Amino acid sequence: MPAETDRRFVLKALLAAGGALAFDIELATAATGPAAGPALGAFVRLNPDNSVTIIAKNPEIGQGVKTMLPMLIAEELDVAWSAVRIEQALVDPARYGPQVAGGSTATPTNWLPMRQAGAAARAMIVAAAAEQWGVPAAQLTTAAGEVSHAASGRRAPYAAFAAAASRQAVPAMATLTLKDPARYSIIGQPQRGVDTPAIVRGEPLFGIDTRLPGMVHAALLTPPVRGAVLRSFDAAPALALPGVLKVIPLRRIGEADAPIDALAVVAESWWTASEARKVLLATWDNEGRERHSDAAFAAAAQAAHAGKPQVPVLARGDAATALAGSARQLTATYTYPFAAHATLEPQNCTARFAEGKIELWAPTQLPGGGAALIAKTLGLAPGDITIHLTRAGGGFGRRLQNDYMALTAAIARELPGRPVKLLFDRQEDFKLDFFRAAGFHKFEAGLDAAGKLVAFRNHLVTFGANGKPGRGADLEATVPAELVDHADLGVTVLETNVPLGWLRAPGSNALAFATQGFLDEVAAAAGKTLPDLMLDLLGAPRSIAPPAGSRSPAFDTGRAATVIREVMRQAEWRGATPGRGFGFYFSHRGYFAAVADCRREDGGIRPVKVWVAGDIGSTIINPLNAEQQIRGSVIEGMGHVLSGLKVPIDQGQVQVANFDGYALPRIDVVPEIAISMVRSDNPPTGLGEPAMPPAIAALANAISSLTGQRLRTLPYEPA
Amino acid sequence: MKFALTVNGKARTVEAPGDKPLLWVLREELALSGPKFGCGQGLCGACTVLLDGEAVRSCSTPLSAVGKAKVTTIEGVGATAVGQRLRAAWVDLDVPQCGYCQAGQIMSAASLLAANPRPDDAAIDAAMSGNLCRCGTYHRIRAAIHQAAAGGTRRAARDGETGHAG
Repeated sequence: MPAETDRRFVLKALLAAGGALAFDIELATAATGPAAGPALGAFVRLNPDNSVTIIAKNPEIGQGVKTMLPMLIAEELDVAWSAVRIEQALVDPARYGPQVAGGSTATPTNWLPMRQAGAAARAMIVAAAAEQWGVPAAQLTTAAGEVSHAASGRRAPYAAFAAAASRQAVPAMATLTLKDPARYSIIGQPQRGVDTPAIVRGEPLFGIDTRLPGMVHAALLTPPVRGAVLRSFDAAPALALPGVLKVIPLRRIGEADAPIDALAVVAESWWTASEARKVLLATWDNEGRERHSDAAFAAAAQAAHAGKPQVPVLARGDAATALAGSARQLTATYTYPFAAHATLEPQNCTARFAEGKIELWAPTQLPGGGAALIAKTLGLAPGDITIHLTRAGGGFGRRLQNDYMALTAAIARELPGRPVKLLFDRQEDFKLDFFRAAGFHKFEAGLDAAGKLVAFRNHLVTFGANGKPGRGADLEATVPAELVDHADLGVTVLETNVPLGWLRAPGSNALAFATQGFLDEVAAAAGKTLPDLMLDLLGAPRSIAPPAGSRSPAFDTGRAATVIREVMRQAEWRGATPGRGFGFYFSHRGYFAAVADCRREDGGIRPVKVWVAGDIGSTIINPLNAEQQIRGSVIEGMGHVLSGLKVPIDQGQVQVANFDGYALPRIDVVPEIAISMVRSDNPPTGLGEPAMPPAIAALANAISSLTGQRLRTLPYEPA
Repeated sequence: MKFALTVNGKARTVEAPGDKPLLWVLREELALSGPKFGCGQGLCGACTVLLDGEAVRSCSTPLSAVGKAKVTTIEGVGATAVGQRLRAAWVDLDVPQCGYCQAGQIMSAASLLAANPRPDDAAIDAAMSGNLCRCGTYHRIRAAIHQAAAGGTRRAARDGETGHAG
């Protein structure tokens, strides 16, 4: 069947051996338009038993996308969800477009094109049925994988039309009618994760579970100081141990800004390789990296705060004059530490290198980035690299960096023909992380005589290189900067030897704490509570465009006010209450507000209940997963505020080695979490991230109100 | 050294050093990859298996310490009625997010229910606080344990709940 092509839409329907009908569909994204950005692909197979196989293209890291994207296709294809089989795609950007788990982007990018893909396939099946039965297509209806003709009482499964459908003309995009949401039977219904049954049976799914014939195992010895250079080593004592096969020096492997020197021990067993590291002898050149310490960072930040920001971010009105002329000024410094991802599945990858080609099995959020890095590391062409996506035991942004894939590839190159799995132990996983940057905010606010916020300044001392903030370390123009007449934002960039990375809700996870904490102080100074101050600032519903050059979406003050009012209603907000805190944040296109109630217990502070209200548009695609994403966001937020997600840096060394030094929340501390979603007339957006920043702010503000001491440094540490 | 083990009801012989952790014996020698490596120090619980019905951290249990104890992993827990009910409840309530910790969670829950067939929330929290879930699925873990304890129905599980579930 020749493919009909308009610029937006390519569909190939092929009758495969055995009678299956395969749809290979390529669509331009609604977000980027036909002219810009790569197309998105979908692959659907209608099997002879009338089951449907849908290829899940994006990495699954626990965000539920392996279930969610096929739901969109299945809904418009109009098949029963129970008849859908889901297979994980290979990495193939030419076929599927970008395959990425990050930025809460899967929903907004795929919402329209995946439904169109399903509708196009359905239209071809309906056309085939119309032709076969000699009736107009308009008289046919579909449901649960069957075509019906009411007038004649005829019904048949889709599979009966496979051959005929493969010969149909490809429908023009304009002729496709998408379902009325009132008729949805899959979207909006709670759907269980497609891998859940395999997970509870303990089946191999994750990267670490990869098992290939003849596979050997690698463990890393890395220098105590991050980034140090391997000077010399003696492999002999390790090679003398039974089962140890090889010691491979690795030099400057990994992401360009974070090269890694290490020794890889390869053995028959990972445990043998790991143990053998203890007798490896190595010396490292720190090259001055031991000058990087938290104490030095804090001193540098204090010095920077005494002067002007190095790089202006936003200036509106005349903040200096407005501040000087204001009736009342407030100033405060807010700080937060470096933080690690601590995915429960440590970074790992399996690879086999042979005859100039490499095949990898990787739990990665950004396989395209991994392929590019490996191409550079090994000097291979993209076509020589095959990547299998495994399920990932958590991502949280860590697996957007592909250092572990590059390291594995470099090891595999030394073992031609032999599959090798590299697994970081927990200490290496902490040491080799890409950290959420620490930050130091100096805030200044000016209030007029009526208590109105008229001027706002935020000088963030952050981390990066050459005056440019690193990953997730930037200062975005966030509430209240765009809502006051006079605002001045800027950053000063410090250098550090630990690399920076994206941690769930990057930027926002820290900015929400700092800005909403300071605004809570401003509200108190004005004799208000924070949600009331926020509603005053937001004013009439309107859309505020992002600053010029920003890639951020517009900010809708009406949507923000609605979720604030909703959470106030749910939590029965009645003014200032000890132990109660509020937070709002807009990130990843989602509007979220939270209220937290905390109390003292056993010498510490315990959150008792957290209310969350959010608006991510018209549709919650999978409510069962949405609830998990929001609860998980609140619980991770507790980790930032209360448990102590803090990675001290001392003399260039990461001071966390395992979970006893990095206390993630456990089952005995989780509060009740009440969720209320507001439906608005907007296309649905992602949920992996936006609920976390306001939860962090609400928890921090609750602690301040409980203790009477303003919490300006995360995490909370009891006096 | 040679060790005779009973794993998931089957006699197995492994040739490995006595100080090799049970986790790596299971994963590497016996191809049972359900128990997961998370921390190597008994801090996260992802490696939890049962020794004679009691939850242990296999990452810090040397092979030589297993002795004659019967080893049960996630792959074999369905052989008991409690294990079956736990798995069914985990699926019914769709507990996992990333899923990496869940084998360990289910094994700790199996050990709990063997000792305390109708635990309240406090007993669940006490038994399960050694198992980290990085994604934060704790509310559903609690609910699934109640459901399994109640014989598998959601209504009975709700009757058994005592408090702060979300």
